[in-house]
Amino acid sequence: MNKSRRSFLKVAGLSVFALTGGLAARAAMPGAAGAGIAPGGYAKGEKALRAGRWAMVIDTRKFAGPEDYEPLAEACRAAHNVPRIPDAQNVKWFWADSYEHCFPDDMNAYPDDKTRARAYPLLCNHCANPPCVRVCPTQATYKTEDGIVAMDYHRCIGCRFCMAGCPYGARSFNFKDPRKFLPSPPPNPDFPTRMIGVVEKCTFCAERLAAGKMPACVEASDGRVLFGDLEDAGSNVRRALAADFSIRRKPSLGTQPGVYYLI
Amino acid sequence: MYNAKAVIAGILVFAVLGTAPFWAGMTGKEYRSTGIIPPKDEKSCIENAEFMRAEHMRLLNEWRDEALRGENRVYAASGGKKWNISLQNTCLKCHSNHEEFCDRCHTANSVYPYCWTCHILPGESK
Repeated sequence: MNKSRRSFLKVAGLSVFALTGGLAARAAMPGAAGAGIAPGGYAKGEKALRAGRWAMVIDTRKFAGPEDYEPLAEACRAAHNVPRIPDAQNVKWFWADSYEHCFPDDMNAYPDDKTRARAYPLLCNHCANPPCVRVCPTQATYKTEDGIVAMDYHRCIGCRFCMAGCPYGARSFNFKDPRKFLPSPPPNPDFPTRMIGVVEKCTFCAERLAAGKMPACVEASDGRVLFGDLEDAGSNVRRALAADFSIRRKPSLGTQPGVYYLI
Repeated sequence: MYNAKAVIAGILVFAVLGTAPFWAGMTGKEYRSTGIIPPKDEKSCIENAEFMRAEHMRLLNEWRDEALRGENRVYAASGGKKWNISLQNTCLKCHSNHEEFCDRCHTANSVYPYCWTCHILPGESK
């Protein structure tokens, strides 16, 4: 077959036009790409609690040992079907640890003995600058408009970058099928479990806030843990922070945690 | 062209075979139910049956993104009724038997979504 350069270019040009024309027409159609498939509309729940930025203030003076935090941790496990795995592969949303582990920056070398001896609760800090969100390659973890660092487990590929990125150790990987460590049926039949191979963490109970309820650990704390809007100057958390001295974990990292500890 | 007869015949056979699924699809087969049993005490799903049959998977994806990322957890259906966006707490309340509803079509069409590794089925106990 003999083809001149001219005729080859003609055919090639026409082919490219034919192949890309369809795509271009589809892209030019109004509302075609990325538009919703559903004929209905979306709205927020009527009872949903809203905030500029959700934050938690924990009055650690009213807790002593780790056993004082156990009812809060148990409420969290029950609300979110968090398993209890008796080894280093445990899944942690809300747990307690020592002063040294909680505040390694050691801003005050000589705090009083009581402060040093107390246990402190740990959970996801729902940072304003969350490193986990920056490193997630699939955007499985993201920040919602009211400041919660949330996760979409459908998208998580289990790469664990977020666990490496989180300076607070607030993320856990499901090395094993979590359902094997849960009673059957799981404690809260209204909330899903997770599956093997995804990372999970505290969600600030986004699903409870959407239903007009406070987070499970806050409800279980008898008022010792406050939860409210950090951007509202009259909110309970802002008043508590104005009235007492508070610290946050690893402030030098610039992540701006949303969990405050009254010391 | 050498062996023009054989080459052209070969191209024709290839073209017919390659597009056969499209021709077979276009000859207009009626929709055939796979024997799913819809819930008895509800007359209609959130949208009409044709839409749900064709688009339920895309609708679920959209629900997930709206609820989790947009925090819009209420769906106002085109009929005006409002639904709480939740596979586990809304869909499964009516479609409580996944073996007679979800699985029949999914198995017939060789799709195996893994919803139930996380979402809890009603009355589930293993």
